[in-house]
Amino acid sequence: MNAEMSTNLITVYVEGKPLAVHAHDSAAGAALKAGLGYTRTSPVTGEKRAPYCMMGVCFECLMVIDGIPSRQACMVRVREGMRIERQTTVGGVEVWP
Amino acid sequence: MNRTYDFLVIGAGPAGMAAAATAAKLGVATLLLDEQPDPGGQIYRGIESRGQAGVEKPGVSQADSARGLRLTQEFRASSAAYQAATQVWQLEAGGKVYVTNGERASCISARRVLLATGAMERPVPLPGWTLPGVMTVGAAQILYKTSQWLPPEATWIAGSGPLLWLYAAQVIEAGGPIAGILDTTPKSNYAHALRYTAGALRNRAYLDRGMALQKMVRKAGVRIVKDVSAVEAKGDEHVSVVRYHAGGHWREETVAMLMLHQGVVPNAHATRSLGAKHRWDALQRSFAPEVDVWGNLSVEGYAAAGDCAGIVGAEASAVQGKLAALEAARAIGVITQEQRDVEAAPLRAELTKHLPVRPFLDQLFAPRASLLVPRDDVLVCRCESITARQLRDAVGLGAMGPNQVKAFTRCGMGPCQGRLCGLAAAEVIAAARGVGMAETGVFNVRPPLKPVSLGELAGLEV
Ligand code: FES
Repeated sequence: MNAEMSTNLITVYVEGKPLAVHAHDSAAGAALKAGLGYTRTSPVTGEKRAPYCMMGVCFECLMVIDGIPSRQACMVRVREGMRIERQTTVGGVEVWP
Repeated sequence: MNRTYDFLVIGAGPAGMAAAATAAKLGVATLLLDEQPDPGGQIYRGIESRGQAGVEKPGVSQADSARGLRLTQEFRASSAAYQAATQVWQLEAGGKVYVTNGERASCISARRVLLATGAMERPVPLPGWTLPGVMTVGAAQILYKTSQWLPPEATWIAGSGPLLWLYAAQVIEAGGPIAGILDTTPKSNYAHALRYTAGALRNRAYLDRGMALQKMVRKAGVRIVKDVSAVEAKGDEHVSVVRYHAGGHWREETVAMLMLHQGVVPNAHATRSLGAKHRWDALQRSFAPEVDVWGNLSVEGYAAAGDCAGIVGAEASAVQGKLAALEAARAIGVITQEQRDVEAAPLRAELTKHLPVRPFLDQLFAPRASLLVPRDDVLVCRCESITARQLRDAVGLGAMGPNQVKAFTRCGMGPCQGRLCGLAAAEVIAAARGVGMAETGVFNVRPPLKPVSLGELAGLEV
């Protein structure tokens, strides 16, 4: 991290745990840095999944952000105090806000 | 909040930024709209936050940064309006574009619309590719560009293409680890690419840079396995092993992460939703919208520039963006046809510095044919968890093309709407039917392009 970047850290809460991330990170990036492993379960099979493309194509990064489900976490930039949580859907229901 | 512009540009990569700056300079009322929070597109992602420090950082892997920064600064200095973090969910004939910033939807009208939506990585499903810990090389590079994230030890990369080598070089230069590369480029590609050598030699810089990157990665002690014919990711809840076939044997390596890459293809979701005519590009093995020499699409008032209209790379994309801007200025009546052609002449000359090398690169990094038709148990559609077997069964039941297969199986009906799996599903269907890709086609795309909530729609005045 160069000097310009390291001064720019903010705190988010990934599954309730505080984590310092770069202000330009996405919520999906924060989840990865938190070592979250999986970020959602497939609504069809329950399999664990994680962000795949990081550029808005695959929709594999759907997470609950600040309480709102099905946010595309790779497209959401972190904000101070943001709550980033796994999305675990069951019974084939994908929840849209 | 509904607004009107002369020229609306969608996508703030090299093509979009160059187009917006060029048009604005000519006095065209221009808006550049982008889904990312900062300009640059994927290629110049985070270019402003890295700033001058990123440009001056020595090393072979950073060669593009100066160009990207200059382009971004030119765009910022222009009078073009800019709206970030905004997603398009519907394009209509007549230049009506519906967008949302995640909270509120609005409609923008423009006399000319330029789609500069760039490229995406070719979807090539393989066993275990849905496991956490498996992501694309492009995804990892985005993390590197936005916050200098480096992968864990025991990271392996599998696939083919220039981006793979560039990313590996960037990680190494930044002091990070890459344990090994499984290069799936078929040996025969080298021989087939030879017929395009003349073009390649006209743009030598591309070849020199590619070779420098590979040399650097090799020198760093990264294990490189050539001519890999099959790759599988294994693990329970997270990838832990990569299994691969090379030299007649299956082997395994323990991995912390596996990154996949099989080149890039046009991100044609927007041009498709518009109903523009598309063509099958056999050399690039992908569909691209049909455009004329100015980027005009088959739909009146709409044009496309850069990689979304066929992979040309960042530098040629910027030039195409400028050409499309000149054409927009002419159509709007700000410049005459003669002025447009005079301004365009040096731009067309510039294109010859970048385009002749393409067929060589396309052939050299053509995806291995056997990888495009995954075995039965592999998930092709991640959203709906549809396997290659289910697609083949649908074909067996008489489904002729992707749209029928979609109706039979739900493949492509999830939130990504077939963005990711479309091309991969078409490959499976084409192979199962024993027909070509041009005949097979891909999914139709219907609005909304992104899921839009009622709350967002409430803000729309119609
Ligand atoms: S990771 Fe693919 S859309 Fe977010």
